[in-house]
Amino acid sequence: MKFVSAIIKPFKLDEVREALSNIGVQGITVTEVKGFGRQKGHTELYRGAEYVVDFLPKVKLEVAIKDDMLDQVVDAIEKSAATGKIGDGKIFVFNLEQVYRIRTGETGPDAL
Amino acid sequence: MKKFLSVLSLVAVLGLGATPYSFAEDLPEAAAATVEAVADTAAAVAEAVPAPAAEEAAPVAEAAAAPTPVPNKGDSAWMIVATILVTLMVIPGLALFYGGLVRQKNMLSVLMQTFVIFSLMAVLWTVYGYSVAFTGGSPFFGGLGKAFLAGVTPESLGATFSKGVYIPEYLFVAFQLTFAAITPALIIGAFAERMKFSAVLAFMVIWFTFAYLPMAHMVWYWDGPDAITDAASLETVVANAGWLWAKGALDFAGGTVVHINAGVAGLVAAFVLGKRIGYGKEAMTPHSLTLTMVGASLLWVGWYGFNAGSNLEANGYAALALVNTTIATAAATLSWMFVEWFGKSKPSMLGAASGAVAGLVAITPACGFVGPVGAIIIGLLVSPICYFFVTKVKYMLGYDDALDVFGVHAIGGIFGALATGVFVNPALGGAGVVDYVANGVAAYDFGAQMTAQVTAVVTAIVLSAVVSFIALKIVDVLIGLRVSEEAEREGLDTTEHGERAYHA
Repeated sequence: MKFVSAIIKPFKLDEVREALSNIGVQGITVTEVKGFGRQKGHTELYRGAEYVVDFLPKVKLEVAIKDDMLDQVVDAIEKSAATGKIGDGKIFVFNLEQVYRIRTGETGPDAL
Repeated sequence: MKKFLSVLSLVAVLGLGATPYSFAEDLPEAAAATVEAVADTAAAVAEAVPAPAAEEAAPVAEAAAAPTPVPNKGDSAWMIVATILVTLMVIPGLALFYGGLVRQKNMLSVLMQTFVIFSLMAVLWTVYGYSVAFTGGSPFFGGLGKAFLAGVTPESLGATFSKGVYIPEYLFVAFQLTFAAITPALIIGAFAERMKFSAVLAFMVIWFTFAYLPMAHMVWYWDGPDAITDAASLETVVANAGWLWAKGALDFAGGTVVHINAGVAGLVAAFVLGKRIGYGKEAMTPHSLTLTMVGASLLWVGWYGFNAGSNLEANGYAALALVNTTIATAAATLSWMFVEWFGKSKPSMLGAASGAVAGLVAITPACGFVGPVGAIIIGLLVSPICYFFVTKVKYMLGYDDALDVFGVHAIGGIFGALATGVFVNPALGGAGVVDYVANGVAAYDFGAQMTAQVTAVVTAIVLSAVVSFIALKIVDVLIGLRVSEEAEREGLDTTEHGERAYHA
């Protein structure tokens, strides 16, 4: 099993969710996050007081999948989240050791 | 000659007392009426009393003959509306303007301070404020004769700026109450986000008593136009009036009394309290410029009551103040925006709102004295000056005037007070100063007028600075000025008031 964590532009969330649904992903978790990468921040000025905003708002999307779906999922996120401009985000892939469904006690791929 | 003038005034009161009139239109009529009446009245006075006593007899005759003036309903209605508009400036206008500028964790503390200061000052104004500001006594401080509004009844009258025109005294009390309430509330912007609520209230009581009331008395207390009939009575009025009024200082709606006074108090408070924790290191960005824009707009609208209402009558001068208030504010909004835009910044909403407030402050002392062109020039010039203080001087001197009370109100107020002395000149389109002896526009003297303006500005600065410093030191010893470091980091909303503005 794989655990995919993707940082994307907030306004791309709906497109990504749709693309993942289309390839059969059953569920995702979404968090509003802040951070910086190559895009860096921007500057705000309030009556001459200058603030460098380092952390830009992004959306973190997490999805747990069976191994054979990985390529499809990565491809779907890459295509739907891309604008071609700096700040489009990143996709992190982890090996997932175990999954439990709390209600039924199922484990492994059945619990996904 | 003196007798002639007093008779002229008597005739004016009798003949025109029931109708609002402007000098320009009615002078010829009054003069004509005088010519007929002078012979009769003079003869009657001469018959009744021996010659040496004739002078004293004239006022007696006037007092006996003049019917009680009845306030004009139009004037009264306008002043009720104006009073409500100034209230709107404070709550919620000023509260939201300031509230949006602080961090989320201190929102309620700013709203609460504004709301409670308004309430506290309203009560103090009734208990002793009105009496100290608007009864005779010394040129610097009034008496306690009208404490608890003693002697103020629905029938008692307050003078306006036209002879024979009065408004109900209760209305004057209420209108001035709102001024006394907004001025201390302006100061809170300087020490926002770090002062104990109890210390704020204690400081405000002392400051109101020893800075606001004397300043209002010095600038605005006089016996009213009907007390001036000739050169001798003018001297009496001047001798009895507030110190700066007697000097001829012009302050139509409160540039010195309200804005310089509050702004300087803010500067002193910023120095005495010290900077907020993390100032210059942590981000202290406004939490809602939306609310700041709403607040600034309410201030702008409410300011019509403040400025045009300060005319105390609904006539051409009120209309002039209304026009000047609009265009000076508009000009200042534009000039602040362009200063930002041509500089290194973008045209910001906060900049536009700050410019509007700077324009409102600057036109306040001038609004009934200058012409529209003067108002535009005042508006265009005030924003770059305030911008310089807010964005440069504050950082050079290293004080943390959190919401720029000094940079906008004191600096804008000082500029406005001095500009009033320049643009009141009829040659520059100004309305000039009324000469109540000659019943016309007085000759303009640049040197004398500017001397009076500078005297008023310096008086306001010195008085407010000294009173503020002493008051803060007293409160520091008795209560302590600042909240604990932990409370400041946590935010005043939860630590001082036990509630939060927003629930996510």
